[in-house]
Amino acid sequence: MPKAVYIHVPFCEQICHYCDFNKFFLQNQPVDEYIELCEMEIKNTISNFPTEEVSSVYVGGGTPTSLTTDQLGRLLEWVKEYFPLAENYEWSVEVNPGSANFDKLQKMQEIGVNRLSIGAQTFDAALLKKIGRDHEPGDVEKTVQQAIEAGFTNLSIDLMMGLPEQTMEQFQETLRQVVALPIQHISAYSLKIEPKTVFYQLWSKGKLPMPGDELEADMYEELRNTLKEAGFTHYEISNFAKKGFESTHNLTYWNNEEYYGIGAGAHSYVQGVRRINHGPLPKYMNAVKQSGFPYREEHQVSKTEAMEEHMFMGLRKLDGVSYTNFYNRFGIEMRSIFSQEIDRLVNDGLLRDNGSSIQLTDHGLLLGNEVFEKFLLKEQ
Amino acid sequence: MKHEDRVKRREKIRNFSIIAHIDHGKSTLADRILEKTSALTQREMKEQMLDAMDLERERGITIKLNAVQLKYKANDGEEYIFHLIDTPGHVDFTYEVSRSLAACEGALLIVDAAQGIEAQTLANVYLALDNDLEILPVINKIDLPSAEPERVKQEVEDVIGLPQEDCLLASAKSGIGIEEILEAIVDKVPPPDGDPAAPLKAMIFDSLYDPYRGVIVYMKVVEGTVKPGDKVKMMATGKEFEVQELGVFTPKPDKRDELTVGDVGFMVAAIKNVGDTQVGDTVTSAENPTDEPLPGYRKLNPMVFCGLYPVDTNDYNDLREALEKLELNDASLQYEPETSQALGFGFRCGFLGLLHMEIIQERIEREFNIDLITTAPSVIYQVHLTDGELIRIDNPSNMPDAQKIEYVEEPYVKAQVMVPNDYVGAVMELCQKKRGDYLDMQYMDENRVNIIYEIPLSEIVFDFFDTLKSNTKGYASFDYEMIGYKESRLVKMDILLNAEQIDALSIIVHRDSAYQRGKIIVEKLKQLIPRQQFEVPVQASIGQKIIARSTIKAMRKNVLAKCYGGDISRKRKLLEKQKEGKKRMKSVGSVDVPQEAFMSVLSMDEGDKK
Repeated sequence: MPKAVYIHVPFCEQICHYCDFNKFFLQNQPVDEYIELCEMEIKNTISNFPTEEVSSVYVGGGTPTSLTTDQLGRLLEWVKEYFPLAENYEWSVEVNPGSANFDKLQKMQEIGVNRLSIGAQTFDAALLKKIGRDHEPGDVEKTVQQAIEAGFTNLSIDLMMGLPEQTMEQFQETLRQVVALPIQHISAYSLKIEPKTVFYQLWSKGKLPMPGDELEADMYEELRNTLKEAGFTHYEISNFAKKGFESTHNLTYWNNEEYYGIGAGAHSYVQGVRRINHGPLPKYMNAVKQSGFPYREEHQVSKTEAMEEHMFMGLRKLDGVSYTNFYNRFGIEMRSIFSQEIDRLVNDGLLRDNGSSIQLTDHGLLLGNEVFEKFLLKEQ
Repeated sequence: MKHEDRVKRREKIRNFSIIAHIDHGKSTLADRILEKTSALTQREMKEQMLDAMDLERERGITIKLNAVQLKYKANDGEEYIFHLIDTPGHVDFTYEVSRSLAACEGALLIVDAAQGIEAQTLANVYLALDNDLEILPVINKIDLPSAEPERVKQEVEDVIGLPQEDCLLASAKSGIGIEEILEAIVDKVPPPDGDPAAPLKAMIFDSLYDPYRGVIVYMKVVEGTVKPGDKVKMMATGKEFEVQELGVFTPKPDKRDELTVGDVGFMVAAIKNVGDTQVGDTVTSAENPTDEPLPGYRKLNPMVFCGLYPVDTNDYNDLREALEKLELNDASLQYEPETSQALGFGFRCGFLGLLHMEIIQERIEREFNIDLITTAPSVIYQVHLTDGELIRIDNPSNMPDAQKIEYVEEPYVKAQVMVPNDYVGAVMELCQKKRGDYLDMQYMDENRVNIIYEIPLSEIVFDFFDTLKSNTKGYASFDYEMIGYKESRLVKMDILLNAEQIDALSIIVHRDSAYQRGKIIVEKLKQLIPRQQFEVPVQASIGQKIIARSTIKAMRKNVLAKCYGGDISRKRKLLEKQKEGKKRMKSVGSVDVPQEAFMSVLSMDEGDKK
């Protein structure tokens, strides 16, 4: 039974050059109708797959704050209406420093949102422009201040590294600024060039100078060291938190637990089935209108797949994957499936086995994919 | 048929083929001739071809349109039997071309009225002359704005020595001059001679494996007569078969009661293996055999060798089966099992040339779905040992120690390159770079030059033709023939990955260029081999001496640090793709090496950086 909900708001006032998520330019989109259909999808989903309570809600995008205060309010109210919230729930909304304002933040807070994820990406004005963001470095601090004023006590900042032509000095400066902010959580992602983006166009023509492996690896190490000194715990490959502020929602994914996914292009994992919703708005909306459900793809996860996913998601956490946990979940010893892989990776210095769990070593953190692929069992 | 009828019929037969450079209009002219002679419209012809294809489906007869029988009513009122015999168009198959030509008495030489004579044309003209064919020059495409028929006529006279006035002017595309060509065939191409009553002598010029009926032999009857039920013998292999079916292509297969002198057709005789029907071999009667086979037969020897290994060692048996199946239809493919320390079990395969090699590789990968590692192509080296023994090496890794070698010889070719004046420099530079020895340079006319070099075959087998084409903007035409072995200062160069010698990467190089080549190869490998989890030194050595070195740095970072949210399937796909990619690489020692790296030892070009 899922204990987490993801809601997708696929609208943006400006499309970032690197973004390949399901998103649409806001202008002239049927936003109100979309919100209503989300309500319908929530209603149908909850009646088909009921849950006792949810401990985390995540509203992401796109840009949720591109909605008007009123629209955002309606959507959030519906979430509250249909999903029974657990006592210590976490409810996050992604916030774009450019389009958030005090009214929106206050509205969210009133309804029950208690965590904001602020898309800062970098504090370098030129880089921000280059990657197509519509905010300026100063907007981040402003948004943080407004959020605190509105009553938020759990704030997260998103950063990106490995941006085109980004230097170590620029990245260090960004880190310096981010640790000075009164925030509790930091996610730091590497830029990956994906098809159907402006960056892909440039990159494939050789017009996007990337920092390269070496520098990216150095940046990652810089990130780890700086945030550790600033009192953040590194708890997942890309995530850092002050004690007690680890993201419940993201842990849902890494612990391979189930979640609802609402909205265009959203992914869900409910009662052993992974589903993907239609991405294009007309498709999503027609499907909800006609059948009540917008599924584009459904996949019953086999036990083997579940075990693979448990490993390659679980190992992203610095705590790693616990033997007991694996046994409790699958009724079989982790070692009886993956013994050879584990020993080899331990031998290669990529994994550590302390008897009760296995974890990535510092070296393994940088080469996570090399580790994860070893836990894929089935032949293609 | 009575003896006199056979003799009379013989006088009406004209066997000819068409010689042309690519794009000079060979197939268009063939089409025109088919139209004119079989009195078929194009539409009817297509239908007939489609019928033939239906037949193919129903009865499992595979049709290869390379010897067509046609009827032509000439101006003298008589009806003539034409056999139009097709020839393969690539230098790898020169021998097959020569055998196809040997089945003819005449040849139409097509020369483009704008382009003039090309190297390939010339090579085939010489083959035709070797076979004593009557050559009828045809200047084609005379209606092109850029046509210069007078100049080309002059060229034909100067270069080949055929009188200008013998040149026929035509445009196959527009149907100009076709009648004259057909009349010239009747008038100038001599009828075959040979006694229909003599013991059978038929020359095999091609064969084809048909899964339902065994090998279909394409042959020309030179002497005697053959009928279904006759016992025949292949003179080179000594194998005997009973003739089941005989016929000609019109163009669809048309059964006949007999094939006699001058006939060009097919024979089915429950032959299981194309190896039993060697091109150039003589088919005779088993009961009443001829004493002497037809001249000109030779067993085809592969000139280019490489190792073929399955990427996945479990595919070894599949690879063997694939080679067995391909061999059924390709007598010139040779293979034998081979073991490499680096690549495991595979086969050393011999090919007629590089094109042949590429065709076979591609068929194995595509038709049999086996991922292959191909080692760098090699030629056969003759190694004279200090104890007087001579050994032949087709795999560089088998080269004996330097101190045991007296000297090494390698095969040379005489290469003929024809280019416009402007590119003489480029061609000579390339030939020099390929260790060529200059022989001669002839001006075909004021603008075109025939450059002749002796070049080691090993330099030709890799990228010579491609480089030639690109250095001359596609203007050069090229042909070569083997001229035997010459002593060369050759050494074996080994490649070491992570201090481990990789036998499949060893090559034989000229001593003078070894350092240069070693440097290029280690750099190339550095680019091609992806970073591993540890640092990998790449070294080139001659004997114990390291002559070049580079280092593949250890992989620093490979981790998905992108925010995919709940999109687990995407993470999974990425990991699956990564894993799949590694499966396509060969794990050599502890290093994952991609397929293309094994060919990289041939890279010559320093500027060839990815």
